[in-house]
Amino acid sequence: MQIIQRNRLDFTPLSPDELSGEEMVRPETTYFRDVWRNLKKRKTAIASLVILALLVFMVLFGPMMNSYNYYSNDYSAANQGPSGEHWFGTDTLGRDLWTRVWVGGRVSLLIAILATIIPYAIGMLIGGVSGYFGGKIDMLIMRIIDVLMGIPSLIYDILLIMVLGSGSISTLVLAFTITGWLGSARTTRGLVLQLKEREFVMASTTLGASPMRIILRHLLPNTLGIIVVGMTMTIPSVIFAEAFLSFIGLGITPPNPSWGQLIKEASEVFKQYPYRFIIPCIFVGLTMLCFNLLGDGLRDALDPRLRS
Amino acid sequence: MVRYVLKRVLIALLTVFTLATVTFFLSKLLPGDPFMNEKIPTSVQEKQRAYYGLDRPVTEQYLIYMGNLVQGDLGTSIKYVGRSVWDIIREFFPVSAQLGLIALVFAEIVGLLFGILCAQYRNRWPDYVLMVFAILGIALPSMVIGPLIRYLFGVQLRWLPVGGWGKPEQMLMPAFVLGLGTIAGNTRSMRACMLAVITQDYVKTARAKGMSPLRVVMKHELKNSLVPMLANLGPMIAGVLMGSFVVEQIFVIPGLGKHFVNAVSTLDYPLIMGLTIFYGTFLVVMNLLVDILYGWVDPRIRVK
Repeated sequence: MQIIQRNRLDFTPLSPDELSGEEMVRPETTYFRDVWRNLKKRKTAIASLVILALLVFMVLFGPMMNSYNYYSNDYSAANQGPSGEHWFGTDTLGRDLWTRVWVGGRVSLLIAILATIIPYAIGMLIGGVSGYFGGKIDMLIMRIIDVLMGIPSLIYDILLIMVLGSGSISTLVLAFTITGWLGSARTTRGLVLQLKEREFVMASTTLGASPMRIILRHLLPNTLGIIVVGMTMTIPSVIFAEAFLSFIGLGITPPNPSWGQLIKEASEVFKQYPYRFIIPCIFVGLTMLCFNLLGDGLRDALDPRLRS
Repeated sequence: MVRYVLKRVLIALLTVFTLATVTFFLSKLLPGDPFMNEKIPTSVQEKQRAYYGLDRPVTEQYLIYMGNLVQGDLGTSIKYVGRSVWDIIREFFPVSAQLGLIALVFAEIVGLLFGILCAQYRNRWPDYVLMVFAILGIALPSMVIGPLIRYLFGVQLRWLPVGGWGKPEQMLMPAFVLGLGTIAGNTRSMRACMLAVITQDYVKTARAKGMSPLRVVMKHELKNSLVPMLANLGPMIAGVLMGSFVVEQIFVIPGLGKHFVNAVSTLDYPLIMGLTIFYGTFLVVMNLLVDILYGWVDPRIRVK
C-alpha cells in the first residue's frame, strides 16, 4: 500500500516531445498486406504470378495481334506449319492457330475462374450457415455433402452436361457449379466452427447483430485467406476437368476453341503435326503449374506455422 | 468399430441410391426420343414404348428401374443391339481393372519411395529434382503426357508398341501415364507426412538409442507416415478410374473406359447411364473399404 501511494505521488506529466514515443513507428499492416509481404519473398510464387499475368494479357490481346479470326476456314492455307504469316500455323480447315490458341485460352480461363468463384461463393454461404447455426441444419447439410462427395464430381458433370446439352461456357460453368460447392462448404464450415467461439463474434452478438450479418460480415471474411488458397488450387483442376470433358467429347463444341478442344483436335493428327498438339499443351501445363505454385506460395504465406 | 462401420455403410448405400435416382431423373430430362422415327408407324412406336415400359407414369417407371437395379439389371445398350450393359461390363471391365491395378500398385510404390527420398534428402538436390518431377506430374494431365510419350517411345524410338492390350510391353506405357498423377500426388503428400514424423520425439529417441538410420526410417518413420497416406487412397482410385477414360482412348485399349467414351460420342444413353451407376457404385465400395481400413488402422478416426 505504502509503495503504491508513494509512486502515485511521483507522477509527472510527460513533456510534449516525449509523447511521440507512444506513436506507431511503422505503418499499420492489415492481414492481406502482411500476406502479400510474405508472398513477395517467395520467388516461385511471384514468378508464377508474373507468368499468369502475361498469359491473361495474351489471352485478352493476342487475337488482336494479327488479322485472322478463330472461325474462318481457308482451305488454301490448311495444315501449314508455323510461319511469319501464321505464327502457330494453321489447322486442317486452315484456321489460324495463333488466334485459336488465345481465344481458346480465353474460354478455358473464363470457365476456370467462373467455375471456381461461383461454387466457392455458394459453398461458403452454405458452409457458413451450417457451421454457425449447428444442430440439425448442420447435421443435415453435412450428411448431404457426405453422400454427394462419395462419387467424383466428374461423373455427375458428365451426366449433367448430357442433359444440359454440351457446348457452351454457361453449361460447363453450371455443371461445375452444381457439383463444385461441396468442398468449399466443408472447408468453410470447419473454419466457422473455430471462429464462432472467438470474442469478436460474441461482441457482435451482444451488440445485437443478426446471424446473417455475423456470418457475412464477420465469419466469412475471416475465412477468406484459406479459401483463396483453396480457390487457387481449384482453378487448375477445373482446367483439367474442361480438357477431360473435351477429350471425351463433352466440352465446348467446334468451331469455338478451348484449350481442351484444341488438344483433342490435335491429338488426332499428332503424328503429322506435333506442333499443333504441343503448343496448347504448353499453355495448359504452364497455367496449371503456375496456379499450383501460386497456391503453394499463398498457403505458406498464410500459415505462420510453416514460416521459417 | 461396429458403429463406425455401420455409419460408413449407411452413407455408402445412400450415396449409391442418390446417384441412381439422379441418373434416372436426369435421363428423363434428356433431349430427344429414341423411338421418334418418321419411317416407323405410330402404332409400332407405341408398342416399342410399351415394351420398354415408357408409357407408364414416371413414378412407376422409377420403381421398376430401381427394382431392376437391385437385381443387377443396368439396362440395355442401344448401339450394341440386344446386349445388356452388364454383358458389356463383364467383357471389358477386366481389362480396365487390370490396367488400373497395375497403374495403382506401380504408382503407390514409386510415389512412396520418392516421398521418402525427398524427406530424407530434404532441401538438397534429390529433393528438388523429385519435387520438380512431382509438380510436372500434377501440371501435365494424361491427355497431354499420353500422346507425347506414345509418340516418343512408340513412333520415334519404336521401343514399345503404340497400342493394344495383353502383352506386358503393351501395358508399360499406359500404366505409367495412368499412374503419373498418382505418383506426383503421393510424392508430395508422403514428403509432407514424413517431414511431420521426422521431428517427433520417438524418432529422436530411436536415433539416440543407436538404431541404424535405415531401421529408423523403416520401423518408425515409414510406419507412422503411412497412416495418413491411407486417406489419399480413395481419391487416388477415383483419379485412376477417370484417367482410364483418356488413357484407354489414347493407347487403343479395349477396356470399359474406351466404351464409355464411345457411348458418349454415339449418344448411347442407356449404356452411359448404366456405366455411370456401375462406376459410381464401384468407387463407393472402394472408398468404403478404404474408410474401414483407415478406421481399423487408426482408432482416432472412429471417434471423430
